[in-house]
This record gives sequence, C-alpha cells and structure tokens, in this order.
Amino acid sequence: MKKNTLTQRLCAAPHVVWSAIFIVVPLIMVIYYAFTDKSGAFTLENISRLSDYTSTFLRSLWFGIVATIICLIIAYPLSYILSKMKLRAQSTMVMLVMIPMWMNFLLRTYAWMTLLEDSGVINNILSKIGIGPFHMINTSGAVILGMVYNFLPYMILPIYSVMTKLDNSLVEAAQDLGANKFHVIRDVIFPSTLSGVVSGVTMVFVPSVSTFYISQKLGGGSFALIGDIIEMQFQVSNNFNFGAALSFVLMILILICMAVMNKFGDTEEAGGVVA
Amino acid sequence: MKNNVIIDLKNISVKLGDAQILENLSMYIRDKEFITLLGPSGCGKTTTLRIIAGFLEPDSGEVIFENKTINGVPPHKRQVNTIFQRYALFPHLNVYENIAFGLRVKKMKEKEISETVKEMLELVNLNGFERRNINSLSGGQQQRVAIARALAVKPRVLLLDEPLGALDLKLRKDMQVELKNIQQRLGITFIYVTHDQEEALSMSDTVVVMDGGVIQQIGTPQDVYNEPKNAFVADFIGESNILDGKMLEDFKCSFSGAQFQCLDKGFGIGESVDVVVRPEDVDIVPVDQGMLNGTVTSVTFKGVHFEIIVDIGGFKWMIQTTDYEPVGKRIGLDIEPDAIHIMKKSKYSGLYGDYSSFSDELEHLSDIVEEE
Amino acid sequence: MNKKLNPTSKIYLALVVLFLYLPIFMLIVLSFNGTNSTSVIHGFSFKWYVELFRDEATINALTNTLVLAVTSSIAATVIGTLAAVGIFKMKKGFTKTSIMTVTNIPMMNPEIVTGVSMMLLFVFIGSILGAKGVLGFWTLFIAHVTFSLPYVILNVMPKLKQTDPNLAQAAQDLGCTPVKAFLKVVMPSILPGVMAGLVMAFTLSFDDFIISYFVSGPKFQTLPIRIFSMTKKRVTPDMYALSTIMFIVILVLLVLVNVLQSRGDVKKAKKGGAGK
Repeated sequence: MKKNTLTQRLCAAPHVVWSAIFIVVPLIMVIYYAFTDKSGAFTLENISRLSDYTSTFLRSLWFGIVATIICLIIAYPLSYILSKMKLRAQSTMVMLVMIPMWMNFLLRTYAWMTLLEDSGVINNILSKIGIGPFHMINTSGAVILGMVYNFLPYMILPIYSVMTKLDNSLVEAAQDLGANKFHVIRDVIFPSTLSGVVSGVTMVFVPSVSTFYISQKLGGGSFALIGDIIEMQFQVSNNFNFGAALSFVLMILILICMAVMNKFGDTEEAGGVVA
Repeated sequence: MKNNVIIDLKNISVKLGDAQILENLSMYIRDKEFITLLGPSGCGKTTTLRIIAGFLEPDSGEVIFENKTINGVPPHKRQVNTIFQRYALFPHLNVYENIAFGLRVKKMKEKEISETVKEMLELVNLNGFERRNINSLSGGQQQRVAIARALAVKPRVLLLDEPLGALDLKLRKDMQVELKNIQQRLGITFIYVTHDQEEALSMSDTVVVMDGGVIQQIGTPQDVYNEPKNAFVADFIGESNILDGKMLEDFKCSFSGAQFQCLDKGFGIGESVDVVVRPEDVDIVPVDQGMLNGTVTSVTFKGVHFEIIVDIGGFKWMIQTTDYEPVGKRIGLDIEPDAIHIMKKSKYSGLYGDYSSFSDELEHLSDIVEEE
Repeated sequence: MNKKLNPTSKIYLALVVLFLYLPIFMLIVLSFNGTNSTSVIHGFSFKWYVELFRDEATINALTNTLVLAVTSSIAATVIGTLAAVGIFKMKKGFTKTSIMTVTNIPMMNPEIVTGVSMMLLFVFIGSILGAKGVLGFWTLFIAHVTFSLPYVILNVMPKLKQTDPNLAQAAQDLGCTPVKAFLKVVMPSILPGVMAGLVMAFTLSFDDFIISYFVSGPKFQTLPIRIFSMTKKRVTPDMYALSTIMFIVILVLLVLVNVLQSRGDVKKAKKGGAGK
C-alpha cells in the first residue's frame, strides 16, 4: 500500500519538473530582467522609470474596472433569466454564449472596428434613417466596448453555473418569512451566488487590465494601456529589461486585486467554469 | 488443535501516524470456516481484513497462508478475494463483464469464461442479468454481482467487508441466509467483518470480538454470548447488566448487597469481579419472595416481551419479561445460578454503567454514527 | 421553474445575443461581398474563398496551428493526467498546496505576463547557448503545453474524486497488477474528464494569440499570429472567409456534440429506468 501510493505520487514528477522549469523559472527571469540592465548589472532604473507610466497604469485599471462592472450588470440578470428557463432552452442559450468565445478574438475585434468606423456599418444604417453620423471609433468608449464584448461570456458562465445550483427552497423560505423581491435578491440570491460573481469578476478583470490588441484597434493608439506598453518594449523597442519591470508591476497589481477580491468570497467552489 | 489452518496471523501490529491501529494481534483461521471479525468502528477489523487481502502491509508480524509467509505478496497474487463495502463494481462494464473480469485477467478461454459466469449468476440467483448495466441494478442485485465476481475466480478465502451495510433490514436478513448457504455449498473460508452483533451471532462458526486494535475474545457465537471474557464483550454483544461483585468462594458470590450461588470457580477468595446477568435470565417474583427487591421505573413494549428497568439500590437493571409490571410497583427478582456469569476485572470494568440513561433512540443514533 | 419568460426577459436575451453575434454576422456578410470595401456591400461572390485557398501563407499557418494544437494538447493531456493522479494521491499539506498553486499560475496570471516570462527564459537560454532565433515550433510547443496543463488537471481531478477508490483495489484483488488495474478500471471512469481536458487544451492552443505572439518566431507562424499581422494593415476579405469557415465548423461541431450528448442521455435514462 505504501509503496503503491509512492509510485502513484511519482506520476506527478514530470509535471512538477515541467512546472518548475517553465512556470517558476520564467517568473524568476521576469524579476531578474526587471532589476538588471542590458549588460546584466543590477539596476533600479527600470523600476524608477515606471513612474512615467503612472497614468497608463491608472487608465488600465480604470478601463478594467468599468468593463468588469458593465459585464457584471449585463451578465447577472442574464444568468438569472437563463437559470429559470426550460432545460433545453438553457443549454441552447449557453451554447450561443459560448460560440463567440471559440472564434478568433482578433477577427471579432477587427469586425467591431468595421462596425464602429465613421463610415462603417452602424453609421451607414443610422444615416439611412437620418441620424448621425456619430464618432465612435478611437474613443475610450470603443475600447471598453471591445473589452465587454470579448470577455462578457467569462462573466456569464460562472454566474450562470452557480445560479443553476441555487436552491429554490431558499428563495421560498425567504418569501415565506416575509421578504419582498428586493430583499430576496439582496439577502438570499446575491450572497449565495457570490462565489460565481467573484470568479467571473476575476476572469473579466485580469484580461481587461492586461489587454493590448483591443486598445490598439478600437482606441486607435490614443488610449494606450499597460499591455500596449509591454508589447512595445518586447516587439518594437527591444527593451526587455523595462518590459520585464512593467510586467512585474502588472503582476503584483493583479495579485493585490485578486487578494482583495478573494476576501469577498470563497472562489474555490466556483471552479469548473468554462465548458 | 491447529489442524487445517489456512491463514495464521502472528503478532501483527499496525501504526498509522500516532494511532495504534492493531496491537500484537494473533489469530488463526481454519479452512472452510465462517469467521466474523466483530467490533465497533475503529476497532481494527477492516485493517485486519486489508492485511489479509494484501492492501496493507503490517509494521511488524507475520501473515501466513497455508504455512507460507505472504508478507509483501501483492494483492493480485494472493488466493483471497474481497467483497468491498460499496461493492466496487466497475461502472463501465455490464454484469457479464464484471463477473468475467478476473477470468479475463487470468486469460481464460472465452468458452470457459461464459460457463463460469453462467454458473455464478445461477449461484446468486441473477439468471438473465448478463447484459444489464451496473447502474440499473438495485443495491441487493449489485451485492449479488459483487459476490459472483469475487467467487468466479475460485478464491480459497473470501473476505467480506460489511457487505450488507448498505442494504435495508429486510434484504439484509435474506442476504445473511443466502451468504451462509453459499458458503456451505462452496465450502470456502469466509472472513466476515461487521459491527452488527446479531449478524455475527447468526452467521458465524467463530466470532472474533475486537476493540482498540486488540482481540477481546475468540469463540463460538454461544461462547461469546454466554461466557463473555470481559465487560466490553458482555456489553457489546447483547444486553447485559454488569455489576460490581465479589467472589466469596468457589460457586458463591455477592453483588447488589446479596449472596448468590453460581457456577464459576477458580477465583481467589474475596476477589473483586464483574458479574454479568442477561436481562432475559431474571425472573420476576412478588416482592420479598426473591433474592433482590426493586422498583419498576420504566416499561417498554417490545412485541415478544416487555423491557422493564428496575431500580435496585440505585443501580438500574434491565429485565426482559413477558409479564407486564406497572411503573412504580415494587417487585422481587430471582436469579438462578446458571444465569450468573463471573468475569475477571479488566480495563473495561466500570465503563459500562447501568441502564439509567438508556434509551432506544440513543442506541439507534450511536449505531448510525458508527456506520459513518 | 419552467415558467414562461416574460417579454422583458425575452427582449433582454435577444439584445445580448444580438450584441454577441453582430460582429460575427458582419464578418460573414463581408466574406461574401463582391468588393473588398468594408462599408459597401456589392453583390454576392465566393471569390474571397477562392482567394483564401490560394493564399499559401494562410494555409501554411493553418497547418502549423493544427500540428501545434494536436501535439501540445496530447502532451499536456498525458502529463496532466499523470499529474492529476499523482497529486490526488498526495496527502494534504505544503507540498500538495504549493504544487497546485504553481500549476494554477498560468491560469491566474495575465496572459501577457506568461508570454513575456517564457520569452525571457527562451531568449536567455538562447543567449547562453549562443543560438540565434530560438523562437519557433518548440518554444510554442512548450508554452502551449504549459498553459494547457492546469486545464487538463482541472478536468481530470474531479473525475478522480468521483471514482470509487475501491475500484482499483477490486481489480487488483481479481488479479490485475497495479498498472493494469489503473488502465482497465480507473482510466475508463476518468476518461470523460481526460477527453474534456484534451478538447480544452486543443481549443486553447488553436485559439491562443497573446502567449504565442511572444514565443513565436518568423520561422513558424500560427494562424492567430498570421491574422494579427494582417490586421495590422487593412485586412483582405479572405480573412472574413476564413473566419466564416471557422464559425461554421465550430457550429457544426458543437451542434453535433450536443445532439450526441442528448442522445446518450436519453439512452442512459432508458437503461437506468429499469433499476430500483
């Protein structure tokens, strides 16, 4: 028995070695590059240069927060409605929500560009009925729209999955005890779906804060986010050290945000989110 | 004495972390015997079974199978098979394939396999169930498949780990009879683990009562019931009034402030002992006409008899009788010499009090907790 | 439950679906457009589809993507399934917790950080070895296996938890060696989780852009990277044709899986109904 479990535990060995080399070491590399210059000597210059980009960091955070809140506002009632539908309709709707996730996100974002352009489809249609044209592309609104569009399913699915597990007798018990609709939602439904909300918020917030493509295409370069700056360091200006410093801070920032989020609810239950 | 012994356990000890699961356990099992390991949960009975099956290696001690030490022999090379608590049927295989599993591993010919499976299904009364899905079977049927699967590979010894625990009472009684029949028909050794004393008494040739990783008593069902070795065995098997007593001389003892004739001897003069009186062995007589007097404090109707609790000098006795006695009545008790059983003092002495806090409901609750 | 939806709910659902599908619908319409303008719809034609299949670089990128997705998802599934078995057998404690935490890092970390960190490692090793242009198939392969692993483990672990631990013992009891018992009995019960992990690893790899973007080189382009370089300029409509084809393939696959699943459920229900 003891020998047996030991060999079974050894099954994890390839994975442990793999994770050590390709997860832990790369993160150490980030820190190493962040605190060295091109010649490999220790420096704090990369870190001190970060202050030039404070506004970019703040903008990224702000856009991320706004996109996450909008996703939550759209997704929460939607998940509730979904969970009350007939089972067949539910699975069809869930499929409808998931299919766009399987489409290449670059192309979907690009499609929004053609939709929002000054002479794009939306303005064309609006002009036919005599309104507009509106300037939509290259605004902060367009960037946030891109985030909401791309990451909305990541908010819907976890919330929906806890909604379906919601015990209806809880709601009935609350009503039985005299709670009105508002109280039922605030005191019963919301607290018991909190784990789904927390994991949905994380799954939307993290990619929103760190995105770089959406802002380039829909923001036209005038709303650079932290992801754009990082991308630029690695792909254009070849300043790996400063790029590493930016990545390091982004990682810390998100770690802090997630730690705060986790205080709100136990995320462990919310697993099994996608698929 | 030790003729046709099939399994011999010698000085087995098992420690899990700080907990001593088995302590210097020794016992032997005869061929073709129905032996039951009986005890509360955590007594080490399942551990003993797993050591015989080969799923667990003892920290010290020897496991001997037909005069050969089999310590370190992996389970798949042992001639013993197990019926698991929740059957452990393979959900992806149908009834036929489950029973054929062990035969296929042995690379038996297809024709032999189908013959054996058919024979086994007949044995457990499941003819025609070959193609059924495991999940479509009831608990009792799954139990039968598990038995057929284990017996198909023709083991010398069958280990059964609380096999009837998941069945309801009625089904349980039927399966008890059936298991006993199968064992007698096939003539193989059954080692049966249970915490249900009734089950143990009605099925076994030999009962091994265990507690705290130590064997408390080995004997026939009659032995352990009539001649319990210590207060634990007396309390665990059946109901008993266990009293503090003194041996006055051979065949004479005293307890509850009176002297009694008994059939026990060989104790020291004046030695403190535990006295067991079974509730059904006490006769009720009019007050002052028996050996003891007491007041009825509660009466419960049990169908075949009444269970009455009698207060004798502050100690609450349980008595089973067919005569109804109202609460508050003073009655006399008569105890024949053969109703008295004397035990040496042990670490269990005094642990089992009287019936002052006895309640059926509590008893039932503690049963459930044990099963968990 | 199963109440009729009120009209407000219906409109709400329809609006969200419209929002989700508007750009996809847009892509499909443009793929059949006679001109390459994005604002003028002019006639119906298949010419962009013809163009697409003539575009060698795109077809090449598609094959690369498929090769990468197949190999990396299989590798991740094998390593991940073994890992799940090993981790499952570990006792709760520091080792287990730290392994799980490290495993989940690629899932929690922003993709850009994962991509950047791996790029740094590869470049660093490359500079030590004095090799130029280390970025290529193998770096992509390593990165894809790495970010797929937590998803495989996440899918296999619950199945292991659901599997009766006595099953493997019962098989050994009936004469199987431990390895054989695992393959014959445990594997079939965790297979749905393993397959789900494989499919997920495949789609993640097929669709990944951000991490691939940092660890790929000019020698080995995947489809998302090819699309990225094309969307830098004005996209030619054969990209729309490509996305339309991908959309249809995904749709057909999903519908197929759904139909098969619901059929399986019906069968199970029929069989199961006989019991109890």
